[in-house]
Amino acid sequence: MQVSTVRGTRRAVWAPLQSRRYRRYITLAVIYAVLVVGAFFLMIPFAWMVSTSLKDPGSIFAFPPKWIPNPVMWSNYIEALTMPDYPFGLFFRNTLIITGGCMVGQLVAASLVGYSFARLRWVGRDVLFLVVLSTMMLPPQVTMIPRFILFRELGWINTFKPLIIPVILGGSPFTIFLMRQFFLTIPLELDEAAKIDGCGPLSIYARIILPLSRPVMATVMVFTFLWNWNDFVGPLIYLNEREKMTLAVALSLFKYSPEGPTRWHYLMVVSLLTMAPLIIIFFFAQRYFVQGIVFTGVKG
Amino acid sequence: MSLTRARENITGWLMASPWLIGFLIFTLGPMIASVVLSLHEWDLILPPKWVGLYQFRKMLNDPLVYQSLKVTTIYAATSVPLYIVLGLAVALLLNQDIKPVGFWRTVYFLPSVVSGVAVALLWMWIFNGQFGVLNWLLRVLLDIKGPNWLVDERWALPALVIMSLWGVGGAVLINLAGLQGIPTGLYEAAEIDGANAGQRFWAITIPMMSPVLFFNLVNGMIAALQVFTGPYVMTNGGPNNATLFLMLYLYWNAFSYFRMGYGSALAWLLFFYILILTLLMLRSSSAWVYYEGSLRRR
Repeated sequence: MQVSTVRGTRRAVWAPLQSRRYRRYITLAVIYAVLVVGAFFLMIPFAWMVSTSLKDPGSIFAFPPKWIPNPVMWSNYIEALTMPDYPFGLFFRNTLIITGGCMVGQLVAASLVGYSFARLRWVGRDVLFLVVLSTMMLPPQVTMIPRFILFRELGWINTFKPLIIPVILGGSPFTIFLMRQFFLTIPLELDEAAKIDGCGPLSIYARIILPLSRPVMATVMVFTFLWNWNDFVGPLIYLNEREKMTLAVALSLFKYSPEGPTRWHYLMVVSLLTMAPLIIIFFFAQRYFVQGIVFTGVKG
Repeated sequence: MSLTRARENITGWLMASPWLIGFLIFTLGPMIASVVLSLHEWDLILPPKWVGLYQFRKMLNDPLVYQSLKVTTIYAATSVPLYIVLGLAVALLLNQDIKPVGFWRTVYFLPSVVSGVAVALLWMWIFNGQFGVLNWLLRVLLDIKGPNWLVDERWALPALVIMSLWGVGGAVLINLAGLQGIPTGLYEAAEIDGANAGQRFWAITIPMMSPVLFFNLVNGMIAALQVFTGPYVMTNGGPNNATLFLMLYLYWNAFSYFRMGYGSALAWLLFFYILILTLLMLRSSSAWVYYEGSLRRR
């Protein structure tokens, strides 16, 4: 009795299933078409940048634009990098020092602080963690002007200190939060066992927690790199001397060309090379990237 | 026993101290200083002068404050909804059975990885009225003569909105994670009950996604109200203050005119504007955001 009902349903379902499969193919085709069109528009700026960076000055100002440069000016890259008024190598190095300093600072400080919030019991911990969370919401503009005055008093203007030291001292609240949440997922039994073996908090942190935290460390590194590489307001305020400038600040000045029209071909070369590290890191560390964003989005 | 407790207390405070010191010196101290500064007039050269609430009264009579509030609000009110709707639409497409998944995700996500000055310069060139690629596309695809984007008072702000949508990938990624968290059983049950695709979307996808959409809304709004790099690099607030964002006006006052007091007052204006909008959104969220944990029993 029951068996026949099931068979009956199955047979009745079979005919619409075919048309449903057919409809599924059409839907998929539409989806692919929309995706291709969207991808086309999203990729055009990149293509336009590469194309312009390889053109000779004469063919940049042409309408309709020529997409394939002729001749292909690879020399643009050498010229843009060796301009006397624009020491790209120096700006690159400055940016790298600041970004590297921030990355090391974040990893050490934020993991220590995160460990303290996640694993140790101390008076005032929960209140202070609430403070960490609320500083995540605080727009940086409110502290921007007094910080500038403070660093000016300390004689830190035109040094990298204002950009690195605050990051080392506590890092960003977001990173502390990220670390703490990750440490909470490590089983407490490991700490207990280590305690019995005579480990103190510091050696538990160094020998147990840190080795197990590679994923969150990688995520923090990727994000710190991204934030500081792109950072503009900070370096703009604190670095006025050309010898100290980061890529972002130097780029913003580059658009004012000394003579004649904007040198778009050089500008695109330099923009491309500024973006390149981000794109490379994205391709190599896509997993950590995605994890970080998803973590902030879904659990944050 | 109490000795170990005391030691744990000390270690805990010590290990948290980098943050605590940083918080006191670089956040709490400056916040208090910012309040004090906003009650003074100071150009960094002459000694600061107490002026009471003068800066705030000045703000109320400054037409550029209203202009910058208007620009910032229009920008946020157009770019954020577009960002959210587009982000959901693309995520829905990428959540289908498409191949190769990794390729499509990379393509849609890549533009949101790059940002900052390099992107602003690239878009300056794209928006070039005479030789830019956007006006070429408009002519080839739609046979429209495009405007002089960044130098046209009416089109400079829309141009910045268009540029912001290039980075929609961030929202897409978060939405994708949200979509994958929806139990497939819900869709199967709805299908058995005869719900069509539209009904399934409105009755399952939207409610289940509402916390993620809300997160994107709040974060997108906060980010949009603080926009700086684009207008600073691409238009410098112009033409005719059409892209004078609040953050840009603050920067000019503080770091070009060295009005530390007025700059601080403007910073508090921005702070309270963000705070009020965030609180309003949080208030409204109970009406439309669905959290599974707080399910009402029937």
